[in-house]
This record gives sequence, structure tokens and C-alpha cells, in this order.
Amino acid sequence: MSATPVLALRGVSKRFGAVQALTDVELEVHAGEVVALVGDNGAGKSTLVKTIAGVHPIDDGVIEWDGRPVKVNKPHDAQDLGIATVYQDLALCDNIDVVGNLFLGREIRRRGVLDEVEMERRSRELLQTLSIRIPSVRIPVASLSGGQRQVVAIARSLLGEPKLVILDEPTAALGVEQTAQVLDLVERLRERGHAVILISHNMADVKAVADKVAVLRLGRNNGVFEVKSTSQEEIISAITGATDNAVTRRAARSNVEAQK
Amino acid sequence: MSIDKTDQVQASDAAVDAPAAAPDAVAVVDPRLLVREQGFAGYIGEFKRKMRAGDLGAVPVVIGLIAICAIFQSLNSAFLGAENLNNIFVAMVATGMMSVGIIFVLLLGEIDLSVGSVSGVSAAILAVMSVTHGVNEWLAVLTALAAGAVIGALHGFFFARIGAPAFAVTLAGLLFWNGFMLQLLGANGTINIDGEGVVGKLTTYYFTDVAAAYGLAVVAVAGYFLTAFFGARRREAAGIPSRPLSEIVLRTALLAVAAFAVAVMFNQYKGLPLATLLFVVVLVLSDFVLRRTAYGRKVFALGGSVEASRRAGINVTAVRVSVFAIAGFFAAVGGLFWASKIAAANQSAGAGDLLMNVIAAAVIGGTSLFGGRGRTWNALLGVLVITSIQYGLALEGIATPIQYMITGGVLLATVVIDSISRKTQKSAGRA
Repeated sequence: MSATPVLALRGVSKRFGAVQALTDVELEVHAGEVVALVGDNGAGKSTLVKTIAGVHPIDDGVIEWDGRPVKVNKPHDAQDLGIATVYQDLALCDNIDVVGNLFLGREIRRRGVLDEVEMERRSRELLQTLSIRIPSVRIPVASLSGGQRQVVAIARSLLGEPKLVILDEPTAALGVEQTAQVLDLVERLRERGHAVILISHNMADVKAVADKVAVLRLGRNNGVFEVKSTSQEEIISAITGATDNAVTRRAARSNVEAQK
Repeated sequence: MSIDKTDQVQASDAAVDAPAAAPDAVAVVDPRLLVREQGFAGYIGEFKRKMRAGDLGAVPVVIGLIAICAIFQSLNSAFLGAENLNNIFVAMVATGMMSVGIIFVLLLGEIDLSVGSVSGVSAAILAVMSVTHGVNEWLAVLTALAAGAVIGALHGFFFARIGAPAFAVTLAGLLFWNGFMLQLLGANGTINIDGEGVVGKLTTYYFTDVAAAYGLAVVAVAGYFLTAFFGARRREAAGIPSRPLSEIVLRTALLAVAAFAVAVMFNQYKGLPLATLLFVVVLVLSDFVLRRTAYGRKVFALGGSVEASRRAGINVTAVRVSVFAIAGFFAAVGGLFWASKIAAANQSAGAGDLLMNVIAAAVIGGTSLFGGRGRTWNALLGVLVITSIQYGLALEGIATPIQYMITGGVLLATVVIDSISRKTQKSAGRA
């Protein structure tokens, strides 16, 4: 693993009007490393991902790419750096076949005309190296299963040879077999040397494929754990903030009142 | 960084290994997957499976067309005569051209209700410029076509940029441009155009040399065969599945039969009509744009999922505006053919059942109203059905009211077949 992280966030903050969505968030991802980003609903996972992907520019802090500070203000900036994002709601066109979807927006042309042969050849090659099995690369995406669509969406993000792949809840709404398929693919991404940020609600998935777990709570870091040496309970208590419960809140309130 | 390098090496290794690995991959393929048999048997099998799964394609329309021909021929033997068929092939072009434009819009999953009125504006502009003001007719034609494109782009702007529903914007356009046309034509209401001029000849010019019609048929058949043949060869060379030669030969043979039958028919009358030639050229070009260029791929993508297209970096606004401009342009083209047919620009241009016929032709031909499915060749089949019904009923001396009802019935039947086949496709997991 290389010493400089591919991506590093230093003290990143983001406000939406009166809402402080992210406060001083730190995050590091290295090449060939899968970092799981976990947190309760509204913890800021999606916002954080969107700041990295350039959808929401950050207000404060620094984004470092290969050790150099960079500005990511547009989705295009992120793509140019080599960041590929696979969103929760799949970004595929149902009526277009697998090849067409894989190359959507970056079609290979030959004398100005779509080069279907080359695109199909490369699609097959890509799907083969990722051991993705689908009925045919020439059927509309509509006829694929949920898991197959998810792996196609992930494969699509790999065509630009990104250094960092962000997967937003890739296994939500998938069956057991299909989830296994997607997790296999995540491991293959790591083997190929991509840095991966995996957002998930599912602790089993996280334990299965992630190297590190970064926990967000109420828009702040709440610990980064090595998956191997951390129990599921520790992670969950970081997510839910087990130190923050009705008893501690009452105690805190009476403290404040006592100081008045 | 070092990891990156090894990765690249692996990738190139994989690329080298891929062709060799391909046969193995076929052997270990999941038994549940649809694997097409090689050769001609595979082609027939695939065809049968598609039919059962409800993927009917153009089959219902072709059967319908044959049925229509059989019925009218049994009623009146002049129906399949060279003169009547020839008239159908010329008369269908005005509606057909507009249908090509509307197919672009339907592919987005939108609708353009203004094409009838825009076609009237185009005819009016042409007549006012070239007849009333004596401007060079070519210039008048170009102005009329440009006006159509600009009007379409304007509708597209209100839809794509402002966010108004296309249905409402073009409904407003329907009324506005109809009024605009009446205003242009002035109190008189009708301007006759020169039958020997550029526009006049659009529907009256014939290539009387028999070589023209046969030549076009030969070019079409040879062109189709060579494209398919070399396409298959290239796919084979790249190691990906290709159409077997037998399938290409069968398709070419079917095309040849149809093309030469039509050519013989033309030559029995006055020869190849200019209007039909232009229509075929437009169909070939528009089909090429939609299926072989990145622009066409964007149009289909927008019809599938706007959000996915946006994320893929497609400029959604620009594509939408351009598609409406294309619809406006083809509406203007249709208007000129219409003016040519009646040798005038008059107040009823673009009114009546024209708009409905344009949309019906696209839908009957097999273009989905929900976007993302269809080809411009659908316009040819659909418009043939509609015009055949019109001419067949006219031959029988059946009045317009009955004509409307029958056309309406055919449209309903088409939509019903489409909906049922879509349901079958869903249950077969292919929609």
C-alpha cells in the first residue's frame, strides 16, 4: 500500500442554510483499500460522498488528491481526477443494452460513427476480467436482475480507469446471492488496485469486504476502525453513539443548569 | 503508484488472453442463461423465442398491411394497380416526413402537437415569399425549412429550459402557429404555387427512365448486403457473436423481393417518383443518425432515463431542444410536400386529421409512446397503413366520416397489440 493516500479530506465542513451537515470531517483512502463509510440516517454519509463527487462543493477544509490539495466544484472535476461514483439509484437506461449503457456518454467512435464492434469487444473483456456473468451484452438492461444491474453499474464506473470508486449502498435491496456477487466485485476492485469507498448500512457486508470503517455521527467523525481488530458491537456503538443516550443527556442538562 | 503499474500489466495480459479464454468461458456459462445456437437454426430459434416472449417487432404491422391490401384488392381490383399504389407512395410522403420528426420526439417520451400547424406555416412562408414577393424559390424553401427548425427549437426551449410540459407548450404552438399561418396568408386565404417550380415538382416529378427505379433497388439491396456482410466479418474478426451468413442472405433476399416488386410497380406507371426517393433517403439518414451516432444514442438514453443521461454527462437541455428543432424541421418538410400535392398554400393546411395521422403513423409503425423504443423506419410502415386505408376507402367511394372511424379503429388495434405484447414481454422478463 502506498504511503500517500489517494484521497484525503482534511477538516471538511459543509452547511446547507441553517443546517451544519458536515463538521471538520477527516477521511483517508489508499490505493487497494476498501474504506466503509457508515453512520445512522442523516449522519452525513451521502453529503460527504457528494462533496467528494463534486455535487456539493465544500465550504471549509481541504480535499487532497495524491497528496496535493485540489478543488472539486463540479462533478466533472471529480471525474477528471479519476473519481467514479455509483449512486444508490442505479444510473442505467432500461431501454439500452448493456454495451450501450457501459459506454453511455463516452462512446467509442470510428470515423464519427459509433464503433459497436469495439465497444462490444471491450465490454465483454471488462465483464470477463471482473467475472461478471450476464445473459448477453446485447439485451436491454431492463431484463437484468437487480444484482446484475448493480454490477453493470459498477463495471460502467470502471471504464474510465478511475483511481477511486465510491459505491453508495450497492447492496441495498439485493437478495443474498446478488449481494454476494456485488461483494465479490468489490474485492476484485481492491485486487485491481482501486481505492474504494463503500457506503453501507449492513454490518455483515462491511465486515466481509472492508479494510477500515469510518464512522460518521451527526456530521462529525466518530472514529476510524480497523475491521479485523474491531467487533461489530464497537462499530455499532460508534454509529448510534452509545455514550449518548437518555441518561447521559439528562446528566449533561443538569450540569448545564448547575453552572448557571 | 506501483500498484497502478502492475494493474496495467494485468489488464494488458487479460486483453491478450481474452480471445483464447473466450471458448472456455462459453463452456462454463450459466445453464440458465439464454445462449443462442450458432448458425441458421439459432436464428430461427431466436425468432420463435422472441415471438413467444411478445417481442413482435414489425410483424403485426406487416401482417396488417397484407390484410389491408387483401381486403381492398378483393373489393376493387384497381387497388393493387400500378397507378393507385404509385399514388399511395407519393401521397404518403408528406405525412411520412412529419412522422420521422415526431418519432424523434416520441423517443424522448414527449409529444409535439404543433407539427400540423408548423407545416402550414412552412407552406405559407414558401408561398408568400416565392409567389407574392417573387423571391427565388430555393431561398424561399430554405427559409421555410429554417423557420420550421427555429419554431421547433423555440418549443424545445420552453420545454427543456423553462421546464413547461411539452404537451402544453406544443398545444399552445398548435394554436399560435395556426393563427400565424392565417395571418401570413392574409384575406385571400389561398396562394397557388407554380406547379413547375421546385416545390411543385416535389410530388409531380418522376424519373421516367426505368433504370432509376431498378437502380435504386439494386443500390438498396447491395448496400444492405455489403453493410451486413462486412459488419459480420468485422465482428467475427473481433471474436464477438455475429450474424450467420445464412441470416444475412435471408434478410437480403426478403429486402430484394420487396424492393424489386416496388420498382416494377413504379416502372409500370411513370417511373420512380422523386418524393419517394427523397423519403427513402431521409429514412436511411435518420435511421443512421439515431442508431449509429453518439447523438442518436443520447436521444435513446433520454427516453430511457433522464437522470442516468444527466449523470453520464449528456447535455440534456441541448439534446431536447435539438430534438424539437428536428421535429419542427420535418414538419416544415412535410408542409412543403403537402403544398406541392395540392399546388397551393391554403387555410386548411396542417389542419384536420393531419396531426393525428402523423402521430398514428409513428405509433402504428411500432414507436412507443413512452419513449426509448422505435425506429424511423416505423414511419414508413405506419404511413403506408394509413395512406392505404385512405386510398382504399376513397376507391370504394366511402366518405370521410367512415374513413376517420376506420383509421381510429386501426390505431386502437395497434395500441392494444402493443400493450398486450408489452405485458407478455414483462412476464417473459424482457421489458
